[in-house]
Amino acid sequence: MRKAAPASPGFSLFQYAICLNGILWRETLRFLHQRERFVSALVRPLVWLFIFAAGFRAGAGPLLTPPYTTPVPYEIYIAPGLMAVIQLFNGMQSSLSMVYDREMGNMRILLVSPFPRWFLLTAKLCAGTLVSLLQVYAFLVIAWFWDIRPPSLFGYVAVLPALVLSGLMLGALGMLLSSQIKQLENFAGVMNFVIFPMFFASTALYPLIRIREGSPKLAFVASLNPLTHAVELIRFAFQQQINWLALAVVFIATALFLGGAIVAYDPARGLGARRSE
Amino acid sequence: MTTATRSGDAFKGTTRGTTGGTTHDAGALTVANVSHVYGKKRALDHVSFTLARGRFSVLLGLNGAGKTTLFSLITRLQAFQAGTISLDGHDLQRDPGEVLRRLGIVFQARTLDLDLTVEQNLAYHAALHGLPARLARARAGAVLERVDLAERHGDKARDLSGGQMRRVEIARALLHQPRVLILDEPTVGLDIKARAEVLAHVRTLVAEEGIAVLWATHLFDEIDADDDLVILHQGRVRGTGRADTIMEQMGAATLTEAFTRMTTSETV
Repeated sequence: MRKAAPASPGFSLFQYAICLNGILWRETLRFLHQRERFVSALVRPLVWLFIFAAGFRAGAGPLLTPPYTTPVPYEIYIAPGLMAVIQLFNGMQSSLSMVYDREMGNMRILLVSPFPRWFLLTAKLCAGTLVSLLQVYAFLVIAWFWDIRPPSLFGYVAVLPALVLSGLMLGALGMLLSSQIKQLENFAGVMNFVIFPMFFASTALYPLIRIREGSPKLAFVASLNPLTHAVELIRFAFQQQINWLALAVVFIATALFLGGAIVAYDPARGLGARRSE
Repeated sequence: MTTATRSGDAFKGTTRGTTGGTTHDAGALTVANVSHVYGKKRALDHVSFTLARGRFSVLLGLNGAGKTTLFSLITRLQAFQAGTISLDGHDLQRDPGEVLRRLGIVFQARTLDLDLTVEQNLAYHAALHGLPARLARARAGAVLERVDLAERHGDKARDLSGGQMRRVEIARALLHQPRVLILDEPTVGLDIKARAEVLAHVRTLVAEEGIAVLWATHLFDEIDADDDLVILHQGRVRGTGRADTIMEQMGAATLTEAFTRMTTSETV
């Protein structure tokens, strides 16, 4: 049987689909096996919702900001921000698992697949995004009981493309960072220097107008923050509207981060040069 | 200076061999003039050899000889600096996909997903090679049979012993029916019995399937008299040829003695 070498060079589209499907399947399976990861992915935003939002509600007061046409309670306001933060955490966690995989050798199995590397990394990114969608929808189910609901059930469908896009952007960012992290222990630094600053300097917790009142400089930073645009894209989509600026920014940022990650993982330029015997 | 002779041919001692980079048909895997540096450290210095089809070839070298560097170059995990590597006429740099789809790899580090079952690990690998599910299942059964682990297909990888994990990794590397199987110190960390089993399984593969194997090791007792050797020392090939021929050439009673002579006499 060994003599049956591949007859034609290259792969068919069907084989690309098989490969993508395999990577999605494996990532989902791994996620389902790691129950603690699922629980903590849910608990984190719920703590913000149940505790922080409840405590902060009086201070913030009802907020009137697009896309809302009437003032909304604080927990309604921060729900889209929390969806984005679930994805931000997941993107960083996937990047952690890539660093871990790389050191433990699992990542090698992916990288020695004969498919082109850009495809493998993009497939891996899609898999991470799929996992983040599972987390966000689980969050939305619980949030429903907390009266956080879209104007109609269609909102749950409308938010999906926004979540896919923001998931890809944040996953690509994580991937880009993971190609730059040499050792595992530096991930704590990623938490402190990436996740928290991005989260707090965005419109996840407070609208841009309010930030501007407090600090115009911070507002300027927040308006450049890709997470702000991911949050706004999700916020508008959940209200069954489109924020075109956010859409454009998220789209471009995804392309840049993913392109950067692919370049960084190219053995001719990035990662490869680091491993020594 | 490097020596490069066709594996299986009479050993040419330390004479300057041909590097034969373009003679793709000479063997299954051709490594020609490969050099690699880390900063100022020269890890590989004009390494050349050819792996013959249907032969068990051993890449013999002490720790730090450059074996792992060579492996990461062949598997494209590291950037190429100089030289060429080709498999069945496909150049690794020009056509990495075509090389990788014909190459089975067993890494020194454990690469099974411990939370997944043996079957799931194999299915994942099959997908990474674009094999349709039905074909993948059929082949998974066959390769597990080969390594005597058919009955463990539903077990979590975590529940296997070290030797069994290695055998699953070998089975996995065979799923896409490679022409060449390369193994980087596959018996590291295994007890004597498991070592012998893993070795025996790979030797049977060579005998029955005609696959070309490159087995990297620093353990002399894993080598048989008629194995092809590539002796790597401090990043340079010190000799190639059959183990017994090498011993004869060096006038040594044991391979260890031959190795010591070859690596000390040529140093510096």
